[in-house]
Amino acid sequence: MTVALAVQRPARRRYRRRRLTEAGSVLLAILLLIWSLLPVYQMLLIALDPEEGEIEFDGNIWPPEPSLEGFRAVVMQEARYLENFWQQFGNSLFIGLATMFLTVLIASLASFAVSRMRLSRGSLLTNAALLTYTIPASFLIVPYYRLMHGYGLSNSLWAVIAAQVAFAIPFAILMLQLYARLIPFELDDAARVDGASAVQLYLRIYLPLMVPALAVVAVYALLVAWNDYLYQAVLLSPRNSTLAVTQGQLFADIDAPWNAMMASAILYVLPPIVLLFALRRYVVAGLTLADDQR
Amino acid sequence: MSSTQQVLAAGPPLSVKAPWRPPRHRHLHGSDFIWAIAFVVPYAAVFLGFVVYPFGYALWMAGKPSLYADLFADSSYLRTVVNTVLFVGIAVNLKMFLALLLSGFFLRRRWWIKALLAAYVLPWALAATQACISFHWMLIGEQGLVDRLLEEGLGIDGPLWFNDRWLGLGSNIVVYIWKWMPFWTVIFLAARLKIPRDIYDSAEIDGAIGASGFVHVTFPLLANLYLLCTMLSTLWAVGDFTTVYLVSTGGPGGATEVLATLGFHYAFDAANPALGVAAVMSALPVLIPVVIVLMRRLHTSEVRL
Repeated sequence: MTVALAVQRPARRRYRRRRLTEAGSVLLAILLLIWSLLPVYQMLLIALDPEEGEIEFDGNIWPPEPSLEGFRAVVMQEARYLENFWQQFGNSLFIGLATMFLTVLIASLASFAVSRMRLSRGSLLTNAALLTYTIPASFLIVPYYRLMHGYGLSNSLWAVIAAQVAFAIPFAILMLQLYARLIPFELDDAARVDGASAVQLYLRIYLPLMVPALAVVAVYALLVAWNDYLYQAVLLSPRNSTLAVTQGQLFADIDAPWNAMMASAILYVLPPIVLLFALRRYVVAGLTLADDQR
Repeated sequence: MSSTQQVLAAGPPLSVKAPWRPPRHRHLHGSDFIWAIAFVVPYAAVFLGFVVYPFGYALWMAGKPSLYADLFADSSYLRTVVNTVLFVGIAVNLKMFLALLLSGFFLRRRWWIKALLAAYVLPWALAATQACISFHWMLIGEQGLVDRLLEEGLGIDGPLWFNDRWLGLGSNIVVYIWKWMPFWTVIFLAARLKIPRDIYDSAEIDGAIGASGFVHVTFPLLANLYLLCTMLSTLWAVGDFTTVYLVSTGGPGGATEVLATLGFHYAFDAANPALGVAAVMSALPVLIPVVIVLMRRLHTSEVRL
């Protein structure tokens, strides 16, 4: 009897403790959910409001008459200040995709040469890449503004792309170098014996095996371009602008049609989210540096 | 020696595999050498044309000593330096520490925690400009979402967030943490997944469960990664422009400016580009040592993100 009690008591205590941890986890999960989604909720709340200028929160958890009028006005380019929505969205998309493509291409070529082709003094390149972070991108905006005139790139989307690529590549190279360690050199050697050239090694062995790391780099580079406000605002003229600039410059304007502005913001934030979720399997494998080769 | 220490001493830090060693060096010859050079040239061109040259240009622009005399005579510059130190110091450290703790939470194997992770990483994928604008409206004052919720939910009169230096600075810090914490949480989560289970099992035998397991096992194993990430994150946070520019807009009266936004205002609003460049360049004496330590750490230690 006493023995049974002595055994039971710690078991019951452990059970109670587990219940407590469980309750704590649920509470933390709810807090994290609110914390993560509150700004998104606020965007939806404003965007779905039928009234143009409503940025106030009127106490309704959900708009009483949700309307897609804001979205309609944006897509039809009828909203004030957003007459060039599609052109600006196109510019944003062009900058984002070009940054993504060039970062993946240039960084993968360079890190292939350094880590797989045993280029002597290759580590110099990795160090040079990291040196980039001595100076944050935003600190170089004035020289960039002047230099782009010198390069003949003033008011060109390519000026913005060049800046984004230059500052996205160092992290990309770091990521690719770390992941490349998972790929055994025996594979390269075997391909060599079969007579593969350097280009074939890059295309047939390196790129396919590096897909998870390349996915991380692609998402990262797209986000670098998508997060940018400063470079697009300074280097591009108002007539050839992007959505981020338009929204950033009008945010203090009380007269802006805020339901349409927020609707366009929601449309703008979608592409990277879609890309991230489309590539999530690879991104997880790339970030965990796990050998997720099917 | 306890069993934990034995396991820790026996295994390499974060991996059960043998540590990676660079392959034996072999000279490249002929066409391979040309190809290797050809593969590196694009990046070398980008680096020289869009990093080294602008950097040199900036140094040349900010070279005059009289600029720094002007800066130190300007009280708004000194206030900005304090703001930058507080913004970067608090935001980065709080963010990294919370990310480390939360990565343990997301380690739990429950379907709803996995689903939560998808919502939790959303801020990372959400464009900074739009997220900052949303926060700006949320905190805009009595009509903002936060103050309305405070009033209706708790009956508190919320403050005017952007009318006070410390509240404004705090708002910027919170938004910065909101935007970047998920990324680092995922990095730490990935590292924790690589810690072999048996280390914890033997630690448990030694009585290191829960918090003491974290202090004696998890943290020592992740310390190196934690330090590297904190340094990298510091470098990125110093250059953050969007958060301060769009959330508190540097207000009230420039009281929450950081170096990146102050340099921008000097250069484009006060039409004094050289002073703007000098203002941001004055951060170099702090940034350069961080980069050097980061580079040496990356080379000497086994890094697994």
